Amino acid sequence: MVLGVAATPTIAGGAAPIELKSIKFDLPESDRMFPDGRGSDAINNNCLACHSAGMVLNQPAMSREAWTSEVKKMVNNYKAPIAPEDVGAIVDYLVALKGAK
Amino acid sequence: MILQRTRPPLLETPFEVFDKGTLTPNDQFYVRWHWAVIPTDIETNKFSLAVRGHVNQPLSLSLQDILQLPRVELIAVNQCSGNSRGFFQPRVAGGEWANGAMGNALWTGVRLKDVIDKAGIKPGAVQVRFKGMDEPVVADAPSFMKSLDIEHARDGEVMIAYAMNGEQLPLLNGFPLRLIVPGWYATYWVKMLNDIEVLDQPDTNYWTKVAYTIPDTPHASIEPGQTNVRMIPISRMVPRSFVTNLSSGATVKAKVPVTLRGIAFGGDCGVAQVDISMDNGQTWRQTRLGSDESKHGFRRWETQQTFPTPGEHSFRVRCTNSNGMPQPDTPNWNPAGFMRNVVESTSIVAT
Repeated sequence: MVLGVAATPTIAGGAAPIELKSIKFDLPESDRMFPDGRGSDAINNNCLACHSAGMVLNQPAMSREAWTSEVKKMVNNYKAPIAPEDVGAIVDYLVALKGAK
Repeated sequence: MILQRTRPPLLETPFEVFDKGTLTPNDQFYVRWHWAVIPTDIETNKFSLAVRGHVNQPLSLSLQDILQLPRVELIAVNQCSGNSRGFFQPRVAGGEWANGAMGNALWTGVRLKDVIDKAGIKPGAVQVRFKGMDEPVVADAPSFMKSLDIEHARDGEVMIAYAMNGEQLPLLNGFPLRLIVPGWYATYWVKMLNDIEVLDQPDTNYWTKVAYTIPDTPHASIEPGQTNVRMIPISRMVPRSFVTNLSSGATVKAKVPVTLRGIAFGGDCGVAQVDISMDNGQTWRQTRLGSDESKHGFRRWETQQTFPTPGEHSFRVRCTNSNGMPQPDTPNWNPAGFMRNVVESTSIVAT
């Protein structure tokens, strides 16, 4: 069906009725952990509660300052309940794994 | 799909999908959620959409109620604010998308205007705020909410969609309802929409005030490390164009016409023209545009090019939108990795 040039949504006259059906759907889980290393317990125990590891492990190499800023964003903006002593361990871990000069 | 993150899901469309047609299939449409508590058991007869706040009559609408409002449909591109972030130089933190955090679909639903006018907007309303059914794991984290100015919300083009490409929304793309804000970045296209609050004060929630802000500069661009930058909420998209039938490094035949084709979109308006340059941007010639399905959709472009000599050749594609805005020759930069729309360059090998 050619809709033509539409500046505003066009009325779909005579269009097929759209049926909405209830959904029950399983979202996939990830059991991926952060690789072993100094501080891996801190990052695995604190961070995987909210999100899987994939996006973190796909980040570019970043400076200590940038990694610190990311972890602080998790605590300050996203209310991650990370004990202050764990924040340091998590930043150290990320810098060791994906640190840039 | 390219898995950027399992939980909450970040799924990227493989780029070859965009060569197959202008509409992105539902099961290959990119996915981006902020929070991990996403309802996975949604019953259509129990769902309700609240309309409340600075209104004459708060409403609780069932899906049946919504299906009975005047139906509208529109083809429009949905693109993540951070699409193409993976190409930023220097690199930035965030979802490291290539160019596949975008898609084009036929959205069917109702005008947002018709829904909120049913509740009756009280004088003094300034914005409308939208929230979906997803929630953070941590109770006091900021729930994802976005707002539009009242005039924009009532413009008759902003929609609440219940179908995508003729079928109900997949759960991952926001079943049963999502907001459609044509020409604006996808952060506003709230998924699993179940709460509409009319505000008499500007929204100060985290996702409006802090997150999703861009430098108030041309192309939202600053120098890395630049300070004292005024930040404003991200909003309208900007023009982009891509080659879809060849990726960099592909081999083509020399000395015969080769088809180059792809897609373009105007951002917050239509496509005026798509040009190609074989000499690193010194000269440009127009390509042929495909049919104009919607000022907000993907527009196909195509041209024939003969590569006279064997070896490596590169070419650039540039869209100018119907407001006269071209893509820039140099990439922008901002710390969040938003709004990339530089002219794309592709290199091939002719043999």
